[in-house]
Amino acid sequence: MNDDVWRWDYAWEVFPEIVGGGLWTTVQVTVLASIVAYALGLVLALLRMSSIRIVSTIAWAVIEFIRSTPLLVQLFFAFFVLPDIGLRFGPVTTGVIVFGLHYATYSAEVYRAGIEAVPRGQWEAATALSLPRSRTWTKVILPQAVPRVLPALGNYTISMLKETPLLLTIGVLDIVGVAYQEGSAAFRYVEPITIAGVLFLVLSYSASLLTRWMERRVGIAR
Amino acid sequence: MIRFEDVGKSFGPVTVLDGLNFTVAPGEFVTLIGPSGSGKTTILRLLMTLEQVTSGVIYVGDECLSHVTRGGRQVPADEKHQREVRKRIGMVFQQFNLFPNMKVMQNLTEAPIRVLGKSRAEAEDRARELLDLVGLSEKVDAHPSQLSGGQQQRVAIARALAMQPDVLLLDEVTSALDPELVAGVLALLKDIARTTDITFLCVTHEMGFARDVSDRVMMFDGGKVIEDAAPDKLFSDPDHERTRLFLQAVLERG
Repeated sequence: MNDDVWRWDYAWEVFPEIVGGGLWTTVQVTVLASIVAYALGLVLALLRMSSIRIVSTIAWAVIEFIRSTPLLVQLFFAFFVLPDIGLRFGPVTTGVIVFGLHYATYSAEVYRAGIEAVPRGQWEAATALSLPRSRTWTKVILPQAVPRVLPALGNYTISMLKETPLLLTIGVLDIVGVAYQEGSAAFRYVEPITIAGVLFLVLSYSASLLTRWMERRVGIAR
Repeated sequence: MIRFEDVGKSFGPVTVLDGLNFTVAPGEFVTLIGPSGSGKTTILRLLMTLEQVTSGVIYVGDECLSHVTRGGRQVPADEKHQREVRKRIGMVFQQFNLFPNMKVMQNLTEAPIRVLGKSRAEAEDRARELLDLVGLSEKVDAHPSQLSGGQQQRVAIARALAMQPDVLLLDEVTSALDPELVAGVLALLKDIARTTDITFLCVTHEMGFARDVSDRVMMFDGGKVIEDAAPDKLFSDPDHERTRLFLQAVLERG
């Protein structure tokens, strides 16, 4: 029976390992990194749009630098180089920070586009009412800009989800990491890798359903 | 109430206003007419601090809007100073510019609560009175997107009034409205102008309205006031050929 392309008994054996070990790591890193990316992305976008030239230039440089270097290189750098200068984090934490920071720069550009899409008349009306700057941001501009960009941000979460296998390189075992480990232990890769693929399909499809639902909600709100 | 002293405004190489002088007395209703691009709207935008003067000085009441005196010298005013002075000024825009993420009530109470420091109850009472005045009492919980253009503009007028301005700037407030909605909004403004002591500065192409409601009409061309007269005089017997041609063109267009 060893010649079978697919063995159900083996598949059932590795399935709980992959779900129990890898799935949780994948979901955990994706969710935490998304939170970091969305929050930090907004901060970067606001700094990028600052009227103080030096602030916006620095924000621009940071965004461009991080966006233009590969995620894999950033992971290596954070995990293997930064400890030499005293910045040492656990592998999962490193993954969350690097993924979060990397996608924060993409999110920043999305936020910026959303903010710039708010008509100038909204700013002018706020000025005519003498609303303070901070209040204009929190009550007028961001409530209009953020819902519009939620679907785009959701797509970044889906990309992040699909990039978690990169964490293997710094020793964090996500879905693919665990599947690979199981496969090499039994010298059978078909079942674990297929299961990993199906799990990703289920995860990213549900995430895209969620994003589409948000898109509709935004459409209704407008 | 408003005084422009030798005000100039350029956008890059384009000079929009050039050595402009005029005053508006408290409670006066002054209408600015003239061809597009003659600088009328720029005057309102300078008063609302949406633009800054290139040269000259603007006074509102007895305060200087455009400049502050620092160390015995006049320097351009900072944002903080302008924010204080512009509290006395309200503006109604061509495109209404209501906040679409807020209901009508919130549109009317946000600034009175935040800027004038009113209590929520006080601000909401005042908002209901104003909605009643503009004839939209039943729309208090509507979102702007659920209102017609005319209704949105009425809410925008109520929102400006909620700030108890001394000066109200009207920037082509009926230009974006469907023709059948124009008369209602103009009648409302006429009513407000007659029953309050607010000073109005109005840019419009509605010549009938201008003639009816204004104390004074200023004809603009090329960044200068070329004629400044009572409406009856200006509309029936203008001194300037340019004014006559402009009025004729507007009337022919209907």
